[in-house]
Amino acid sequence: MFTEYVFHFLSIMALFSAVMVLASKKPIHSVLFLTMTFFAIAGHYVLLNAQFLAVVHVIVYAGAIMVLFLFTVMLLNLNKDERSLKPMWVKIIAGIAGGMLMLILVGVFREYDVQSAQDPMTTQIGLVKNLGKILYHDYLLPFEMSSVLFLTAMVGAVLLGKKEQI
Amino acid sequence: MSNLATIPIEYYLVFCSVLFCIGVFGVLIKRNALVILMSIELMINSINLLLAAFSAYTNDPAGQIFVFFIMVVAAAEVAIGLAIVVLIYRTTHSIDIDVLNKLKW
Repeated sequence: MFTEYVFHFLSIMALFSAVMVLASKKPIHSVLFLTMTFFAIAGHYVLLNAQFLAVVHVIVYAGAIMVLFLFTVMLLNLNKDERSLKPMWVKIIAGIAGGMLMLILVGVFREYDVQSAQDPMTTQIGLVKNLGKILYHDYLLPFEMSSVLFLTAMVGAVLLGKKEQI
Repeated sequence: MSNLATIPIEYYLVFCSVLFCIGVFGVLIKRNALVILMSIELMINSINLLLAAFSAYTNDPAGQIFVFFIMVVAAAEVAIGLAIVVLIYRTTHSIDIDVLNKLKW
């Protein structure tokens, strides 16, 4: 029962702050609300007993990505209150498109009868020990490839951010 | 289902699809390139949570490994994306995506 209350609390917090990301006028408020969403999702990972993912999520998203966003907003002085929305007809069409996508997804998933074999509270796969074994044994090659991806991304970001004409 | 006290996985399905649709809506209505990147992050996070939920409910660790790799790619994507936003700002002195319509026609 307690987990259900926690689930509802975290879901409402995540959805509310996700809506506020779009509703707030200034980009810096959007960034702060997005951080709140990420913490709620980290709580969901803890609820699923995926402790490794919860820690990595907080470190990567709240620690690295949000700091990047905040630095960009502050360095570029983007915090002006300018008109940030598209015209009315685009908003209406976007509302129809997004709402219909949501209706279809929710409708499909309501009909879909999922057989869950495992109680997520007792599963042990999310612990660092088990995930580490699998990551370094079965998925060693993709793990090493991701380092190449990061190197490429780093070189690309530096090249794009350079002051001189490329 | 063995234990009635646990959360049914349908809750996760509905929650993640609503979160995903909020992200889609944000990409469609916003003109600020930064907020569009944030909406993409919202969508990635909803997918991540759903993968982790199914992985936990079916006792299959591959889902959580995939979430880890998606996070890796998302971090690289944000770094490149923000560098591009900075470049756009330096060229046009705004990050309004409606200014960038040279390739449209």
